[in-house]
This record gives sequence, C-alpha cells and structure tokens, in this order.
Amino acid sequence: MSDNLREQLILLPAYFQGHLLLTLAAISMGVLISVPLGVWAEQSARVKRPLLGVVSIIQTFPSLAILALVVALLGGRIGFLPAFIALTLYSMLPIVRNTVTGLESVSASVIDAAKGIGMSPNQILREVKLPLAMPVIVAGIRTAMVWTVGLATLSTLVGATSFGNYIFTGLQTRNLVAVTVGSLASASLAVGLDGLVASIQWLLEKRSEAVDSARLKRIRMSVYGVTAIIIFLTMYGLIPKPRADFVVAGKPFTEQYIMAGLITAELEEAGFSVEQRLGMGSAVVYEAIRNGTVDVYVEYTGTVWANFMSRESNPGREGIRNGVVEYLEEQNVTTAGFTGFQNRYALAMRRDRALELGVTSIEDLIPIAAELSAGSDLEFFGRTEWLRLRDLYNMDFANKLTFDVSLMYTAVSERQVDVISAYTTDGRVAAYDLLLLDDPRNALLAYDAMILASGNAAAQPKFMQIIEALVDSIPDEAMRQANRLVDVDGESITVAIEYLRGEMAKD
Amino acid sequence: MASFMIELKNVQKSYDGGATIAVADTSFTIERGEFLGLIGASGCGKTTTLKMINRLEEPTSGEILVNGRNVVDQNPEQLRRNIGYVFQGIGLFPHRTVAENVAAVPQLLQWSVGDIRARCEECMEMVGLPFDEYGDRSPSQLSGGQQQRIGVARALAARPEVVLMDEPFGALDPITRSELQEEFKSIQQNMALTVVMVTHDMTEALLLADRIAVMREGVVLQIGTPKELLNNPSHDYVRDIVAMPRRRAQRLEELMRDE
Repeated sequence: MSDNLREQLILLPAYFQGHLLLTLAAISMGVLISVPLGVWAEQSARVKRPLLGVVSIIQTFPSLAILALVVALLGGRIGFLPAFIALTLYSMLPIVRNTVTGLESVSASVIDAAKGIGMSPNQILREVKLPLAMPVIVAGIRTAMVWTVGLATLSTLVGATSFGNYIFTGLQTRNLVAVTVGSLASASLAVGLDGLVASIQWLLEKRSEAVDSARLKRIRMSVYGVTAIIIFLTMYGLIPKPRADFVVAGKPFTEQYIMAGLITAELEEAGFSVEQRLGMGSAVVYEAIRNGTVDVYVEYTGTVWANFMSRESNPGREGIRNGVVEYLEEQNVTTAGFTGFQNRYALAMRRDRALELGVTSIEDLIPIAAELSAGSDLEFFGRTEWLRLRDLYNMDFANKLTFDVSLMYTAVSERQVDVISAYTTDGRVAAYDLLLLDDPRNALLAYDAMILASGNAAAQPKFMQIIEALVDSIPDEAMRQANRLVDVDGESITVAIEYLRGEMAKD
Repeated sequence: MASFMIELKNVQKSYDGGATIAVADTSFTIERGEFLGLIGASGCGKTTTLKMINRLEEPTSGEILVNGRNVVDQNPEQLRRNIGYVFQGIGLFPHRTVAENVAAVPQLLQWSVGDIRARCEECMEMVGLPFDEYGDRSPSQLSGGQQQRIGVARALAARPEVVLMDEPFGALDPITRSELQEEFKSIQQNMALTVVMVTHDMTEALLLADRIAVMREGVVLQIGTPKELLNNPSHDYVRDIVAMPRRRAQRLEELMRDE
C-alpha cells in the first residue's frame, strides 16, 4: 500500500462518521418534516400546490448556494448545523412528493370501505392510507437518502466533516488517490444505506406472511446488526467531544492545505490538541474567525483589502498591509504576523509565446490584447483588480474564460489561451515555464500571506509564541517549492509540510 | 323496541343547493328481519338512499331512524360500526390478512383479542372459508368469489342487526353469484338480519328480497312484495322491469321446447 493511500485511509473513520452522522440526521429530520407535510398537502388542495412549488424551488437552487445562504442566515455559523439544515431542505422534495403520490394512489374503493365500516378519518390515514402508501413513501426516502449522501460531500465547504474533505483536498492538490477514496466511500455509503432501507422495508412487508425460513432469519439478523452499528456510530458522533484547544482552518487550495498543516504540526508539537476545518470558502472562513469558531488560518492582504474592505484603490504593498491590519483589529481579528511570502495574482504566458509576441510586461499586451484569449480562476475576472487593470492599461481580451485552477494552467500550457491569471507562489508557474508579466502601472494588488488569529487564541501567550516562529520564515521561493512538490511532483501535503519545516530549521 | 328497524321519513337529497335532486321526498319503512331490495337503473338514487342510512351521505331534509334512533343524533363512525356493509368493489384491505380484514370492525369496537379471534373463526366458517386455512392469506391470494365471501364475513363480524349491501354480487361470475346469493339468503334468515340491498339485477331482487322498492329518477315508484309488483305494477316502468326475468324465463322455455 502506498504512503499516500495509507495517509488517506487513516482519515477514513473520522470522515465516515462525520458523513454518516450528517446524512442520517438530515434524512431523519427530512422524514419528520416531509411526511406530515405530504399528508397535509394530500388532504388540502390549497396547501398542495404551493407546498410542492416551494420544495421544488428549493431543489432547483444550486446546492452550494443553499449552503452559503444557510451559513449567511445563521450569522456566519459554520460546521455541522448549516450543513444539516441545507441537506434537510434538500431531502424534502422526493419525500413530500412521494408521500402525496403514495396517498393519492390508494384505491378509492378501499378508502370507501374503510369509511363504510366506521373508521374515523385519523384511523383511515393511519391504518389504511399510510400503510398502503408506504412503499411509495419509502421509495422517496431512498431517493432522498442517495441524494443526501452525495450532497453531503459539499458540506466540507462550510466546515462540516464529510467524505468531501477527501474530494476537495484531492481535487485542489491533484491527489487522485484522495479523490478516489472519497468518491468510492461516498458511493459505497449511498449504496449501503439504500440497501439497508430496502431490506428493512422488505422485512416489514414479509412480517405479515408466515414465512420464517432460515434465510429470512439470517437477513433479519444482519439488518438488525447493521442498524445497531449505525445507530451506535451516530449516537457516538452526537456525544459532544472535548473541544480541541485550537481550530485551524484553510481554504480549498494547495498552499492553504500546506499552511494549515504546518500550523497544526507546530501547535501539536507544543502539546496542543488541534481540530482542522479545511477547504472552506473564503468568506465563510473569514466570518468564522471573526466569531471565534475558527482560531487560526492564513489570509492574504489583497483578499481582505478587496473582498472584505471593498476597497477599489491600490495604495501599494505597505499601504495595503497597514490598512488591512488596522481594519482587522477593528473586526476583533488579530494579525499574528506575516509569513514572508506573497501569493499575488500576476498575468502569465508561456515563455515561448511571450518571446514570439515580444511581451515582458502588461503594457506590451495593450496593442495585441484584442486578439488574445485569457484564462482565469473562478474569481479573477469578477474582481475589482481586473477592472482596475483593464482601465489602467485601457485594454481587454478577445476571450475571457474561467477555469478550475489546475485546468487553467493546463489551458495556457496547451496554448488554448494566451494569458492566465497565475498565482505567484504556484509551483506550476515554474513547472510549465511560464513568464510572469510585470505590472508597471500597479494594477494588481499585493497579497502578503498573514496568519490571522481569533481574539481568544491571540490572548494566549503560548499560542502567539508558536506562531511567532512562523513569522517571516517562508520566502516566496520556499512556498513555491512546497506547492510544486504537491501540484507538480504529486507528493502528499505531509511531504510539503516536512519540506517547509526543514527549510525553516536551516535558518 | 321500535316497531320498525329502519324508517325513512320525507327524506330528500339534493346537490348544488337544490338544482340537482338525487332522491326526492322518500318515505318507507323496513321491518326487523326483513330483506329489502332497492332496484333501478344507474343514477336513480338507490345507492344514495342506501348510503344515507349509515350517513355515508347526509340527507338534505327529512329523518332516518335506525332501530328507533335518528341517525343524525349518533356519531357517524359509531353508527357505521354497528351496521354491516358489503361493498360493490369488495374493498378488502390489501395490506392486511384475510383474518385481519374480518376482524376490522370488532377491532374498531375494541373487543378483546380472544373474542375477536373466536368471532373471526365463526364468521369465516359461516362463509365457507375456514380460518385455519385462509386466515393468514392475503386477499390477493383469493378468487373474486372468495374475496366477496370475506367481504360478507367482515360485514357480519360485529353481529350487526342491519346489513347494507351495495351491488354486492355484481362483479362475480354467474355461477359464483348464484351460490353466494343462496348462501347469503340462508345466513340472513338464520340470523334474522335486516338487509337493504341495492341491485340492478331484477332476478337477484326477486330471489332474495322480501320486498322490493323500484326507484326511477330519485323517486320510489312502488314498494311491495315480488308478488305484488308482478301482479299489480303501479307504473309501466315497474311492470316492464319486473316482467323482465319472467320474459327471459319464458324465452328459455320456448328454446327448450323447440328442440
């Protein structure tokens, strides 16, 4: 077994438990809400249309948007709760719809008979309609279950643990083993839970038949066994664990995984217990450090300046630094220190293409930009930086395409685009032999990496002492090499962390 | 004890605020142990009349007394539990066993488990489907005739004095039908049940009923014994409908003679 695979499998129990707990909690809540709603809708045409409309609309929302909205509605709260609420909302449509359909499909002559022998409306519902609708309702629950298991992987982005941790980390660090383990685990869980519900349903239907073969007994025992294990695991997951001393967080790209790992390693070496919340969205993790659910993560000055402070000017590297530190202080977030490297945006081209066109700086692009196509990550063309660049240089590209980061590098390397918005510490810049273009008009912001700490963490001298050791200890070149180890050489995050620690020890 | 088991007094049923009249001002009485046939074409109001007796339909005006008590004074569910009902579509509960179907009303009446079990055995024996053999089966494992036998057993399980039947044998093949008709008639006589049966089959009505009410367009044209209807029909419609089985019998006889 490769080290990489072993490293992934060590994470399996925690991710499995997180995923299972999230899925089962959301499905249970979904059933508790949706079945009564379905019953209500079936009885009242006035309720039915609007209700089915609302649950269908929820379903049409992109799942990521729902997660983000729930986080926002909860005042920036991250972790289990927003993921649970979003998944519950998402599970409702198939259950409500199948409950309505199942109840409506009960034959009128059976309902007439139930009424005619003197059953009350409640008894008709409980003893006739619901049991007869049950197979259809269970089918809806199974659909919802499979969806929920799949969607739960997205909850990683709001800081809940799931198999999504594998997938997002793996996608961003080009670790296909992690992606595969995560996907297989998620698919197996979906198939397993679906099978379990199907078996329970089968047993319930067989209950009335006087079959008691050895086979039936065996199936019954195994269903009981598996159900017991799942209940145990879920209950165990619900026991509040002692809160870790510090929560270390990160955004979903390689450098962030490495830096979060480095901070974790330093803290753990000093004897602290650490909980990691990796792969979180930028706005989510920033909100989390403000309200103290996250204790420490690495942020960039330019991101705070443009995204959180909404500034459109560019006062230069020092100006941004000072403005950002001051602003963060007002937000009750401590800037524990700058790491020493800067991960800016820079326009980049294949070196041979740049030579061919005679380009070394952005100014050289001005006369030819209208014939070039440019690629960016998901954000760049939406940022004020790009708008300022466009205005300062008075140019625009013929085509502007957005890519997943790894694909963006592939695109420029394969000559599908001429220019990309590269990251200056990205190992792929060197690996693909890209030329970073100068920015003489100072359109692009400085992005000094800084370690942010929650008010609570900053108040602990021991913590600050450990973080001090990281301040000004990682130059651009070291970070680029660490990123390169993962993104280009296919090493694990652990290897990159060890590399950085080795570099730091040299000083 | 009231003299009549069932009494309809000026009962009327209309829809749409009186625009559509389903049953027009109807009064008749049914004695204890009497078997009344309600006959007429589809839509003549016979089923509505039947359903008003156990409040599956509510009359627009008038009074219905069952065993001397006005039905509107009684909880409709309680009322229905005390009146047997055999349904046109049979209406057995497909998710329950045959025995559980028969036990349905005693269960609603919260009899003890032992009493329910004993009564189920009794009723299933009565309709010729022994409990030990058929009790655990699912309704779908029975033939149409067997299912309606269970329908009858379910109607009789709580020992009702009155049984309402809505075209109970209509969906059965002719041989099964006549078997069941005869068996039911003897059960009815043995238990002195008061029965109201809706049918559109005049032969069935003539063979089973003590008295027959002929309905047309919401009006009871005539009510009387088969003999009275045959000998003194009050309307042409009554004469035609009552003569039908006899005409068919004559045709059959002629056919026999020709050979």
